[in-house]
Amino acid sequence: MTVPNSPVIGPSAVPHLDVDPFAMSFFADPYPTHEKLREAGPVVYLDKWNVYGVARYAEVHAVLNDPATFCSSRGVGLSDFKKETPWRPPSLILEADPPAHTRTRAVLSKVLSPTVMKQVRDRFAAAAEARVDALLDKRSFDAITDLAEAYPLSIFPDALGLKAEGREHLIPYASVVFNAFGPPNQLRQEAIERSAPHQAYVAEQCQRENLAPGGFGACIHARVDDGEITATEAPLLVRSLLSAGLDTTVNGIGAAVYCLARFPDQWQRLREDLSLARGAFEEAVRFESPVQTFFRTTTREVELSGAKIGEGEKVLMFLAAANRDPRRWDKPDSYDITRRTSGHVGFGSGIHMCVGQLVARLEGEVMLMALARRIAKIEITGEPKRRFNNTLRGLDSLPVTITPA
Amino acid sequence: MPAITFIHADGKIERVETGEGESAMQAATRHGLDGILAECGGNAMCATCHVYVDESWLARLPAIADVEDALLDGTATERLPNSRLSCQIAITPALDGLVLRLPERQV
Ligand code: HEM
Ligand code: FES
Repeated sequence: MTVPNSPVIGPSAVPHLDVDPFAMSFFADPYPTHEKLREAGPVVYLDKWNVYGVARYAEVHAVLNDPATFCSSRGVGLSDFKKETPWRPPSLILEADPPAHTRTRAVLSKVLSPTVMKQVRDRFAAAAEARVDALLDKRSFDAITDLAEAYPLSIFPDALGLKAEGREHLIPYASVVFNAFGPPNQLRQEAIERSAPHQAYVAEQCQRENLAPGGFGACIHARVDDGEITATEAPLLVRSLLSAGLDTTVNGIGAAVYCLARFPDQWQRLREDLSLARGAFEEAVRFESPVQTFFRTTTREVELSGAKIGEGEKVLMFLAAANRDPRRWDKPDSYDITRRTSGHVGFGSGIHMCVGQLVARLEGEVMLMALARRIAKIEITGEPKRRFNNTLRGLDSLPVTITPA
Repeated sequence: MPAITFIHADGKIERVETGEGESAMQAATRHGLDGILAECGGNAMCATCHVYVDESWLARLPAIADVEDALLDGTATERLPNSRLSCQIAITPALDGLVLRLPERQV
């Protein structure tokens, strides 16, 4: 346990917890463990994987905002790239530190800027309306397959400029990527073993000649001509959008629909004021945290809220637990679409904060708006089934029946 | 502590006390002020903390960095010469009394 003014550096000075935040039993219901992690102390040590952990808002925010001490270039999963060979060539943005990160980040920020969002907005909104048309025809459907997956699949691959063939690899590829951030458990091992065909597909699609003009992918390649990035860097930056841009929003939209179906008073509120759609999506990202965790690696010995952590240690950030920390949030366990969500860490914080956040919000907003305008009621008609992933939280199926407005 | 004034699009005036080291956006959201969304939490990534700076204060603000400049091109309401992102305005004692006008919408 914590000893005041302890000169001890390392794990012995912080509370040890015997929990596995990558076990199936944990994924089924992470909330009691999140609370245990928060209440044990500002910094904890997880013996199961020999890592430090932070689950309170203040410490998660602090770690995210000190990239010089808590770096990303040694991997944002459990694997330390200094000691182990990464399962794929590292990301040039997610798994990079300044100054390398600054340059690649600037490119993706421009490709996914607010100005670009204004240009794609009408297209994204029309596709959301078309999705609702299809759902109204069905009345009873699976809100994951037919809505949370179908909608992003109907716009994002096109927005990127991908060919029509082979798109069925996209979600499986992302699932591998997010499982691979976890420890060497069964989820990670099996995902990597089966990854070859998905990796081959993705590598191919990232090449300039396979990306339609005008899409996000082509816009990235165009930066090669300005000399901002090299021709070998461009495909890897396209890969970042393929990895992080689809499955995340599937789980984000899935989370929002699951929340609105579970909390009919919030659905009613949204129906009465459609301008709350964007907030309803954002609050779902806080409430469910589709991206649950990321790691950092210490570049030096550091003191964090009284805990002394040595160099080269992995620190696991529980974004989801921070998003429900009662020290930061009023009634953290209630889904409130009028909440001031600014400052939540569902998209991270600091220099690596999600570069695709505007795309995610746009998709979420226009989809929820289309649903709320034309549907009076969403009822859950069967047992929701969870999808298990080392990093992503979401459902595998959510049977619902809708009543038209 | 320095105080700053926000003038809403409908003319309503709100004065807020700022805290040590806060940005104008942080002071506004801490007081629950409507009209500033700040979806990215101050990371200069969303352009939903847009304000129009009262002309008399414009020259006293820190210069616009490239990132802010690019984001200002994507604000929901028209970018004007006095447009700034309030998360990029760190409040110092010299900015006591700063007047910021809020746009009609942020998205
Ligand atoms: C609800 C949907 C989404 C969630 C919850 C989410 C979450 C996150 C989080 C937590 C990070 C921070 C990683 C870190 O600090 O190490 C991140 C980074 C990133 N996200 Fe997202 N994301 C979403 C959607 C998207 C979309 C739509 C795209 C692409 C269009 C995208 C692309 C990226 C990229 C490239 C990074 C790395 C940024 C960097 O390291 O500078 N994400 N995301
Ligand atoms: S709060 Fe997002 S740009 Fe200022």
